Amino acid sequence: MTTRATINGSARNAGEWLGDLLTGHHGRRLVIALPYLWLLVFFMLPFVIVLKISLAEVLLGRPPYSPLWQYLEDSTVQIQLHLDNYRRLWEDPLYFIAYLKSLKIAGISTLVCLLLGYPMAYAIARTRDSLRNLLLMLVILPFWTSFLIRVYAWIGILKSNGLLNNLLLALGVIDHPLALLHTDFAVYLGIVYSYLPFMVLPLYATLSRMDLTLLEAAADLGCRPWKAFLRVTLPLSLPGIIAGCMLVFIPAVGEFVIPDLLGGPDSLMIGKVLWTEFFSNRDWPAASAVAVVMLVLLVVPLALFQRAQEKSEGKPPL
Amino acid sequence: MAQPKSAKAPQEPWRDPAAKPFVHIDNVTKVFDTTYAVDGVTLDIYQGEFFCLLGGSGCGKSTLLRMLAGLEQPTSGRILIDGTDMTRVPPYARPVNMMFQSYALFPHMTVEQNVAFGLKQQKHGKGEIRERVDGLLELVRMMPFARRKPEQLSGGQRQRVALIRSLARQPKLLLLDEPLAALDKKLREHTQFELVNIQERVGTTFIMVTHDQEEAMTVSTRIAVMEAGRIEQVGTPASVYEYPASRHVAEFIGAVNSIEGRVVAQEGERLQIRSESLGCDLVMVHKQPLPEGTPVTVAVRPEKLVASEQAPAIVYNTVKGVITDFAYLGDVSIYLVRLPTGQQMRVQLTNLARLTENPLTWDQEVYLSWLPDSGVVFPS
Amino acid sequence: MKRRRPFLLFTLLAFGYAFLYVPIISLIVYSFNVSRLVTVWGGFSTRWYGELLHNDQILSAAWLSLRIATMNATLSVILGTLAAITLVRFGKFRGRTLFSTMVSAPLVMPDVILGLASLLLFVTMEHLIGWPAGRGITTITLAHITFSAAFVTVVVQSRLSQFDISLEEAAMDLGARPWKVFLLITLPIIAPSLLAGWLLAFTLSLDDLVIASFVAGPGATTLPMVVYSSVRLGVSPQINALATLIVATVTLCILLAGWLMHRQETLRRRAPVIDIS
Repeated sequence: MTTRATINGSARNAGEWLGDLLTGHHGRRLVIALPYLWLLVFFMLPFVIVLKISLAEVLLGRPPYSPLWQYLEDSTVQIQLHLDNYRRLWEDPLYFIAYLKSLKIAGISTLVCLLLGYPMAYAIARTRDSLRNLLLMLVILPFWTSFLIRVYAWIGILKSNGLLNNLLLALGVIDHPLALLHTDFAVYLGIVYSYLPFMVLPLYATLSRMDLTLLEAAADLGCRPWKAFLRVTLPLSLPGIIAGCMLVFIPAVGEFVIPDLLGGPDSLMIGKVLWTEFFSNRDWPAASAVAVVMLVLLVVPLALFQRAQEKSEGKPPL
Repeated sequence: MAQPKSAKAPQEPWRDPAAKPFVHIDNVTKVFDTTYAVDGVTLDIYQGEFFCLLGGSGCGKSTLLRMLAGLEQPTSGRILIDGTDMTRVPPYARPVNMMFQSYALFPHMTVEQNVAFGLKQQKHGKGEIRERVDGLLELVRMMPFARRKPEQLSGGQRQRVALIRSLARQPKLLLLDEPLAALDKKLREHTQFELVNIQERVGTTFIMVTHDQEEAMTVSTRIAVMEAGRIEQVGTPASVYEYPASRHVAEFIGAVNSIEGRVVAQEGERLQIRSESLGCDLVMVHKQPLPEGTPVTVAVRPEKLVASEQAPAIVYNTVKGVITDFAYLGDVSIYLVRLPTGQQMRVQLTNLARLTENPLTWDQEVYLSWLPDSGVVFPS
Repeated sequence: MKRRRPFLLFTLLAFGYAFLYVPIISLIVYSFNVSRLVTVWGGFSTRWYGELLHNDQILSAAWLSLRIATMNATLSVILGTLAAITLVRFGKFRGRTLFSTMVSAPLVMPDVILGLASLLLFVTMEHLIGWPAGRGITTITLAHITFSAAFVTVVVQSRLSQFDISLEEAAMDLGARPWKVFLLITLPIIAPSLLAGWLLAFTLSLDDLVIASFVAGPGATTLPMVVYSSVRLGVSPQINALATLIVATVTLCILLAGWLMHRQETLRRRAPVIDIS
């Protein structure tokens, strides 16, 4: 539409010409193409490569894996697929247990986040304007400070001579320090703590957008407050609940830092297994296979999250 | 009422077949997906007119206006402004400006920056821009608010800024999209007159879109009534009101009593109609010949009816009924009268004398009558 | 509404905030502890701040991280804004579903997967086209952009979808060509969301340990990597001091932003709306 325009027949200067090109029909294509190509190359393509390398064999060398196909002399291609990595995942109970444990820890943590985050989001959404912004800011603030350092803070609190044990000893609740650090409990605590803002924010977004007259209408029609909450508020906040739960659950399944710093030897999560395969064992194909299986497990939650994002088009829950 | 003097110019260009139209809309159609938003519209608008596109929501009036501005492209047809084909010219290169329904004031700019925006795009000198902006601010008495941001203005002030911003480039044609819709009733009436005043002073051709028939009648030289993408009638406010071209136009502009009937005889211009729903015969003036038996609708405006307690002298166009409801509106009173056949009639009487009690009240029997030339006949 | 319910609600709210802030406050308090034992109070001191400022390893890692974060944030804002414009303005186009999936997936994708996938990509690319040669600041930045751009997209998208299109139409109607409309109208109005997106991308990059660990070469050590290795060895008061500095900076920025917004609000209030007509 714009590139077709000619004004007064006079020659347009180069700047205008460039500007029109960028905003015209071709510009539209360019605007789409740039992020599209970027994501294809730097986000999509890597997964294909991960899949490819998960089918390779570990080698000593650079790169430390066998090629998937080789050109033989008679111009044929030999393809070698090694399913050993996957077979090992299936046969060695270590992996199976780690996957199961990751799903369990992520699932329970998500539930705790929801139970704690929902009342918080609800309370924030219902306070008066001036206070609301402050409360919201206080939820976001920890998110802006270093995640690693916030996890580190819990080490100081949970250690056997840490703050919590000292406090409990001083109060006389216990007579010798509890082993809190390097336990599953510490991992739960760390995940709930780190991901709580991710639950509160989308919940707040849907709850604050909700029309309060709906509740008044429900009350007017004879609905008791508790029932009105169950019948009106809760169903209407479902998109926020889904978005919040997925924002916590999916990254928590693959979490590495928290189980590594706070967890014990038995709280083996799959993210840590992948890390060990890669960094300690230098087994890139095995790490890739672990990643592929993790992705397959996360396909359904990812699709749920994607749908929640699409539905809230324009007003994303985050 | 507020008919602009310039438009009352003796010639009335639309009556003159030799007059050259300033805006020529030639068989324009706009299709969105599969719906015809504008369907084969042809329209001529003359220099200095205050023209109104009137219709309900979704009738295509706004789409037609946006095509004049260049914000939409016609699917087919041509638009000529001042003799130049503008159909494919982008909005920024048209000698046309638009005032938006939402005002679309730039929130990050002050009032004067908003007004100067259009001039800056034309590369005028700083001093010249300053002078013109000040002149426009003066025109609508907004000088004291020049440094304010739009959010610091009241609705009426924003409306005035939007108006002068669109006038700043001295467009050949100004388009107004429901310019008064966001104002409250009192301010709206006041602003209607102010709009007409400004139009007279700047002399620009105005085309306004509105759904409010009273507003259209107040400000415009001519009105085009639109329905489902087509133009149903074009004419001066009086001709559209008194001589509606269709039952829809009659019902859209003002209130009307619609009476169904059948032609029984015609003597010259006098048409005799038998109406079952009225329970009597009517005599109406109708110039075109209509064959006997043609089903017709007779439209009579409420203020054209006369209500009396005694039977009037004339024998035709007279019915008797019972008042079922009435509303006292101060200047006038509206009565709803039910006839024995069940037909409901609406009557409007001017309250000439000061009264504390209405002379006519519920359940009272009244005679209604009207003159043969006080209504319109549509073959249905 | 009943009177009793809010009480329970606000107790939970208070508990939530305590949960969020007690660890941070304990970090700050013990950064001023004279004792090396982080949890035993030995008296007030600022010696750990002094040591931190002379820790060349931490300082050079911090400098590297800041450089990466700045580049990442800037490029992410450009990429994320283009993606947001695509999603909000361009309606349906071929491959839209794939596009919106690729935009939203990085928001939740576990770091270990992103890190491993990015590394394998870089290794393959180097093998095939010789770029990026080796791993370090370039590869870390590229990997960070991919996931921080997704966050920028969400922020800008939500602002852009509230944008009144008639503002752009009005500008075009007043004679501005499309690219000038974008520069003079669209960009200034969505600027706050671009700034928010920039800060978010900056923080995400500054915060990332896992992805950087995968794609960093031997030469490039970012701040989180230094913090991580020192934390693994046990608690260190220097890390507390660093944490305090970070929290202080963030709080200062937020207070500044809050003050600026408040000032704007009062300025607006001070000019009351009077219609003199």
